[in-house]
Order: sequence, then structure tokens, then C-alpha cells
Amino acid sequence: MTTIPLFHVLILSSLLFLIGFVGVVARKNTLFMLMSLEVMLNAVGVAFIGAGSVWQQADGQVMFVLILTLAAAEVAVGLALLIRMQNKYRSLDIDLLNQMKG
Amino acid sequence: MFENVASIEGLFYFAGLVAVIASLKVVTGNNTVHALLYLVVSLLAVAVCFYLMGAPFAAGLEVIVYAGAILVLFVFAVLMFGLGADETKNAPKSKSLANMMGAMLLAAALLVEIVVIINNAEMQQSLQANVISSKAVGIMLYGPYLLAVEIASFLLLSGLLAGYHYAKPDATGGDL
Repeated sequence: MTTIPLFHVLILSSLLFLIGFVGVVARKNTLFMLMSLEVMLNAVGVAFIGAGSVWQQADGQVMFVLILTLAAAEVAVGLALLIRMQNKYRSLDIDLLNQMKG
Repeated sequence: MFENVASIEGLFYFAGLVAVIASLKVVTGNNTVHALLYLVVSLLAVAVCFYLMGAPFAAGLEVIVYAGAILVLFVFAVLMFGLGADETKNAPKSKSLANMMGAMLLAAALLVEIVVIINNAEMQQSLQANVISSKAVGIMLYGPYLLAVEIASFLLLSGLLAGYHYAKPDATGGDL
């Protein structure tokens, strides 16, 4: 049993998630949106590790490893798409992508 | 100096505070490279939180994979974007080390915290008592979660292929 209460871990996790969410919603630069997504994924990892440590189960860390692979794949695809966007529009403004075909 | 906060909870709250401040700076930043610097600090702070929650394996993974690999990917991509306007418009005017002072101060605070944890034998003992070993994690990964591991490997493969396909210049075009 750890000395850190689960409630406080969850408060930290939701604070980080909220910061990342506000970043994704409010920013227009797609690169900053990707970074905010990283912060969000990280916050979910905090919640999983905290829960796993309170119940003394390895499942939390297993889920964290899976989140890590998800983040790696997401960043690879996201950055490749951003390179495409930069080549095509010479900008990373998300508002340039408001048409399905163009 | 650290007597009043030198409990595991106190250090956890401190690392959490550093993580929140660094994340706020990431989200509100203007300059891309500085935001990435703060993102590294945020990830390191979360790694310290993991260590204090009794998950040193996850803390190591956080530093190696997140701060070490994913952030380097970000930096390489930023270099490829050639964000010249970002540097001329959004970077602070001064060229001194003061640009990075905030991130460096936060990172130095984390370093001090880690040293305090490692030097405190009593705290080490209570951390060791409730640690979840990487062996247990490995047994779970290759036992009940084997299917999830296989799916994650497919995910990484598709990420690799998509990254290769999308980042390829049009001139080299043709089929994948």
C-alpha cells in the first residue's frame, strides 16, 4: 500500500488531462495540438500507474506500456502528416484543413 | 531545509506541481522549440511521480521512450519544418541563456528532488516495500495481455508504414 492517496493522484491526472485538452481545443498550430495530445496521453498514464500502485497490481504498468506504444505510433503518423501539410500549405494552421477535398 | 517536505507525499505533490507548470507552459507557449523543452521537463516530472508511486520500471520507460525517443522525433520534425518565421517572430529577443532559464530551473528542482529521494534511506525503504517489479509486468505482458502486445506490434508497424508513406516527398512518388 502506497502512502500517496489515489484521490490526489487522480486530481493530478485530471489537471494534466484538462491542460492538454484545453491545448488541443484552443490552439490553432497543429504542432502544439500534437504536443497537447502527448500531455493528455501522459495524464492517462499517471491515472493507470496510480491505480496500479494502490491495488498493487501490475496491470496499471501494462496499460502504461500499451499507451506508450500508442503514443509512439500516433506521433509518427501525426508528424508525417504535418510534414505533408507544411509542404502543401507552407503553414501549420489547422483552419487551412477545413475542406474535405482540395 | 527539506525536513518539512521530505515525505513521499510532499515530494509527489512537488513533482506534480512541476509537471502542471511545465504543461501549462507547453500549451501557452509561442515558440515551438521552447514548448518542446517544457514538454521534456513535464515528462521528467511525471517520471519522478511514477518513481514515487512505486513504479520505477514505468519511470524508466517514460524517460527512455517518451523524453528520449518521441521528443527527439518532435525535434527532428520541427527541424524539417524550417519554422524560420517562428524563430524571428516568437523567440525572445535576447540570445542569452535566460531563454531557457524557466525550463532549466524546473529541471534543476527535479534533480534536487531525486537526490533527496536517493539520499534518504528511510524513504528508499518505504519505496522498496511497495514497488511493483518489472518481472511482474513482464509476466502479465506475455501472459494474459499477449493479444494486446500483438495488437500493439501491429499498431507500431502501421505507424511505421504510414509515417514512411506520408513523409515521402511527392517527387519520389509512385506506389508504396
